Amino acid sequence: MSNIPVELKYTKTHEWVRDEGDGVVSVGITDHAQELLGDLVFVEHPEVGAALTAGSEDGIAVVESVKAASDIYCPINGEVIEINEALADAPETINGDPYESGWIFKLKAVDGEDLEGLMDAEAYAEHCESEDH
Amino acid sequence: MSADRKTVLNGVHREMGARMVPFGGWDMPVHYGSQIEEHHAVRRDAGMFDVSHMTVVDLRGAQVRAFLSHLLANDVAKLQVPGKALYSCMLRPDGGVIDDLIVYYLAEDWFRMVINAGTTEKDIAWLQQQAPAFGVEVAPRFELGMIAVQGPQARAKALELMDEPLREAAAGLKPFNAASDDHWFVARTGYTGEDGFEIVLPENEAEALWRKLAQAGVRPCGLGARDTLRLEAGMNLYGQDMDEKVTPLASGLGWTVAMADQRDFIGRAALEAQKTGGDIPQFCGLVLEGRGVLRSHQKLFDGEREVGEITSGGFSPTLERSIGMARVAADAGDDLTVDIRGRKLPLRRVKMPFVRNGQPQTEV
Repeated sequence: MSNIPVELKYTKTHEWVRDEGDGVVSVGITDHAQELLGDLVFVEHPEVGAALTAGSEDGIAVVESVKAASDIYCPINGEVIEINEALADAPETINGDPYESGWIFKLKAVDGEDLEGLMDAEAYAEHCESEDH
Repeated sequence: MSADRKTVLNGVHREMGARMVPFGGWDMPVHYGSQIEEHHAVRRDAGMFDVSHMTVVDLRGAQVRAFLSHLLANDVAKLQVPGKALYSCMLRPDGGVIDDLIVYYLAEDWFRMVINAGTTEKDIAWLQQQAPAFGVEVAPRFELGMIAVQGPQARAKALELMDEPLREAAAGLKPFNAASDDHWFVARTGYTGEDGFEIVLPENEAEALWRKLAQAGVRPCGLGARDTLRLEAGMNLYGQDMDEKVTPLASGLGWTVAMADQRDFIGRAALEAQKTGGDIPQFCGLVLEGRGVLRSHQKLFDGEREVGEITSGGFSPTLERSIGMARVAADAGDDLTVDIRGRKLPLRRVKMPFVRNGQPQTEV
């Protein structure tokens, strides 16, 4: 059973979101996702300054593993304010520590945007269960 | 519940934390935590692979040498010293590759073949069709297991676990030769580009050997690392780099076909016709600079013209970038691009292997 921290929010596409306060969130992929992907070898970030829309079918970032390339989707409307540069040299950080040092980018949420539409840990766990069968 | 077959080591793989996947009808370990770390362990130290899903086939009879001379594209006349091994393709009459395999000369009336797991049924059916004309008995040895121990420290660690006199015989083996004590069969062969042994033994002894090797510090490695290691070493994978629809000449395996003399073998006429016709597809090694991973079936372009596709691709942990093998048109140039998710990325064509003796063979 993968690790699903209770203080985070989650998407159906296996991103996690952490509220950093002041409208800033950090985003990464979950333990479940990194386990399915295997060793990560490349991370393609969104551009700093890019304005992103949640719910778009287009991915905004890519993580590539030995097994497959996987799109990351925008969890909430916002602007990219920071990317985790350390992942360029050490993408495997995501495998080892997906929720802390494996964060991928930070968004400044559009005014009024919140995380209510995202899943909590329990709902995400159920979602993973249902996907596995 | 999986209907896939299990090797005798299935339980110990799970116990050691393997992530299991289906592979050619078998339930096999893809890694035990990190395929990249397992890859590095083989290049730097010692790793081991459960290859019990592959099949040992013993061929016996007074005319077995003549049989193999007719059956295989490489020439068993090269095998004159007992224990010596030969890598060869086995062809259809139209030159298509049925399988690639290793054959060992054990005695004038006994040769041993090791064939791929996914092609076992097909190969055995073919052998049983071809053998009667030479009075050769085809004996698959399904009760044997096989463990490959590979890496600079592999032989030393494996030798410590062998009884005499096998240990001394195995210690003296040259590359591509095998020794046996009529109980275990040890070949100095492998599919990684590193030195090592492939140990064939009664399957009910495989678990004990696996555990002792682990205790001796040999790292369990899965199919993920097996694939990246053989790719770096420029070794073909049947079913991806070649199959029944292509000849060895179009698969980078011309060096395994012995046609200098008049020896008649199944598929020879087709290969001769292909040589005369010209236009033989090129088979090459490719490196992708920058981000991205080459994968099977990605399309390759020479300018605007589509000229072929990746046969095998993956990430090279030693080079820290993606590498691949490809089949392209006979007249394709050197400056190729690959279509990855709609973008055309430039490639560098290189001679294989990509890595030899643990060292990159290409500028990175």
